[in-house]
Amino acid sequence: MSQSSPPQKARLKTSAMIASLAAEGQRTKPAPFGHALAKLAETRPEVVGMTADLGKYTDLHIFGQAHPDRYYQMGMAEQLLMGAASGMAREGFMPFATTYAVFASRRAHDFICMAIAEEKLNVKIACALPGLTTGYGPSHQATDDIAIFRAMPNLTIIDPCDALDIEQIVPAIAAHDGPVYLRLLRGQVPLVLDEYDYEFKLGQAALLRDGGDALIVSSGFMTMRALETAKLLEADGVSLAVLHSPTIKPLDVASITREARRSGRLVIVAENHSVIGGLGEAVAGVLMREGIHCAFRQIGLPDEFLDAGALPTLHDRYGISAEAMRASIKGWL
Amino acid sequence: MVEDHLRNAPSLAARAWSIRRNAVLMGEVQGQGYIAQALGISDVLAVAYFHGMTYRAEDPHWEQRDRFLLSIGHYAIALYAALIEAGILPRDELESYGSDDSRLPMSGMASYTPGMEITGGSLGQGLSIAVGMALGLKRKKNPAFIYNLLSDGEVDEGATWEAAMSAGHWKLDNLIALVDVNNQQADGPSTAMLNFEPLADKWGAFGWHVQRVNGNDIPALVAAFETARNLSDPKPRVIICDTKMARGVPFLEARDRNHFLRVEPAEWTEALAILDATRPA
Repeated sequence: MSQSSPPQKARLKTSAMIASLAAEGQRTKPAPFGHALAKLAETRPEVVGMTADLGKYTDLHIFGQAHPDRYYQMGMAEQLLMGAASGMAREGFMPFATTYAVFASRRAHDFICMAIAEEKLNVKIACALPGLTTGYGPSHQATDDIAIFRAMPNLTIIDPCDALDIEQIVPAIAAHDGPVYLRLLRGQVPLVLDEYDYEFKLGQAALLRDGGDALIVSSGFMTMRALETAKLLEADGVSLAVLHSPTIKPLDVASITREARRSGRLVIVAENHSVIGGLGEAVAGVLMREGIHCAFRQIGLPDEFLDAGALPTLHDRYGISAEAMRASIKGWL
Repeated sequence: MVEDHLRNAPSLAARAWSIRRNAVLMGEVQGQGYIAQALGISDVLAVAYFHGMTYRAEDPHWEQRDRFLLSIGHYAIALYAALIEAGILPRDELESYGSDDSRLPMSGMASYTPGMEITGGSLGQGLSIAVGMALGLKRKKNPAFIYNLLSDGEVDEGATWEAAMSAGHWKLDNLIALVDVNNQQADGPSTAMLNFEPLADKWGAFGWHVQRVNGNDIPALVAAFETARNLSDPKPRVIICDTKMARGVPFLEARDRNHFLRVEPAEWTEALAILDATRPA
C-alpha cells in the first residue's frame, strides 16, 4: 500500500486584529494619531492622554512615550475612563481619551452623555476599530457607533479618511472648544489625500474629484474606496464625483446640497457603518428637508451582526470593497 | 474660606436645623419630593459646609475651593438647602425649587446652579468624575479636596467600584467619599435590593481609609472629617454615614416607604412646627 501525502491545504485568510486597511503596496504612515498628539502636546500643556488598557492599540502609546507624565492608564474600565476624563476637563485639562469604538459607544455611552456632552466639556474621545475594521466579529465591530452618537447633543463627530486627515484633525479638534468623537484609524494607516488638493476643516466637506454621472458623499476610509472606485469606473466610461465629508456632525449641509442640486446625478452615500443611523440617513434627511429630489443609494453595512473573518473577505461580502462598489454603481446607473 | 463666625456660631446643630428647614420649605413648594433624604443628610452637609470645607460663598468657581460633588442628583433639594445656608445661593430662590425657569431643578445640574459642581442623577457617575478631578488637582499641585456624596443605592452600580479601585490605585489622598447609608432606595430597603454589606470591608479592600459613623451625630461627623482631612496615609478616604430617613420629623421618619414622599399641605405645616419647636440654641 503506497502512502500518498495529504493534499496541500490552501492557506486560510486570517482575521488578525492588526490587519491593516492598506492594500498591498499602498503608501501608509505609522500611528498618525499618536504622533500628531505628541506634537500637539509640545505646545499645549493642558493636553493629557487617557486610555482604558488600549494605549498600544489606539496609538496613544506614542504620546505616552513622548510625555510619560501626561499619560494616564486608567485600566480596563471605560465608564471610569470617561468619568475621569470629564473630571480632568473640569480642572482645565484637555483629555484625549482612547478606547475601541464599541466600548465608548455602547458601554460608556451614559458617561459620555451626562458627564461630558451635557456640560459641553472639552474631552476628545478617539476610538479605534470604527465600523468594519476588524475581523473579530460584533464584539469589536462598531457598526453602530455613529447612530448611537449622532443623537447626542453637543458632540462633534469626525470620521477621517487617512493618515493625512488624522494629522490635521488632531490640532483642529484641539482648537475646537467642546466634546469630540473621533473614529480612529490606527497602526499603518493609508495615505491617500496628499494626492488631492485637500485640507481638513472642521464642519466642512471637500470635493475631491468631480464627475458627471454620480456623486458619492463619503466619510472615513470609504472616501479612499470611493476614490478607488472612481478610477475603476473611469475605465467603464462612468464619471464619479467624490465629496469627502469627514465631519459627520455638524454636517456640511451647504456643500452637500450644492453638489446634490446639480441635476441628473445619482447621489450615493458610502460609509463604513450600518445603513441605519449613519451618514447615509443624515444626508437623506438633508435632501428631504432641502426639497432635493434626486435618485439616492446607500453603500454601507447591512442591519446585521456581521461575520468574523478576514477584512478583505468581509469588505467584499458586505459590498464596501472598491470592486463591490464598482459593481453596485454600474448596476444602478 | 468659611469665616470663623460661620464656623462657630451658629452651632453646627443650628446649621443642620436651618438646612432641614430650608429643605422642608422647598418640599412644600412641590408638595412632594426627596425630603426624607434631605432631612437625613442635613447633619453631614452642615459639617461639610460649616466645618470641613474651604470655599468662598461669593465665588463658587474659586480655584482653591474644596469641590463638593453631588453624585445623587435627586438629593439636590438637600444641597440647595445647604448652599442657601452657606450663602452661595440667595435665600429668596428657595421658593422657585423645581419650577419653570428656576435655577433649582429637581435633579441637580451643574449648568443651572452656582455651587453645583456636576450633573448627577444618572447614578453611579460621581465617583469617576471625582477621580478625574482629584488627578487634575494633583497635576496642578492644588491642595484642595474633592468631596463626593453618593448614596447606598449607588454602590449597586458597577462603575462606583471601577472608580473606587482607581482611587486606591492612584492613592488619591485628596478625595473624600461620603456614602449616605439610609437603607432606602426606590423599590425598598437598599440592602434588600442588593446586599452591599459588609460595606466598610469592601471600601477597605479597594485601598481606602474607611470610617463608619452615625451620620446624624454631629460630633462624630466632625471627628471623622478631621481624620479624613488630616490623615497622612496616601489613600483615598471614605466616610460611611449611617443616617435616618426624615431625621428630625418623627411622623415622616415613621413612614414605611419614604424614598419619595407625598406630603399633604397640613403635614408640611406640621413638619415645620415640629422643626421650629426643636430649634437648637
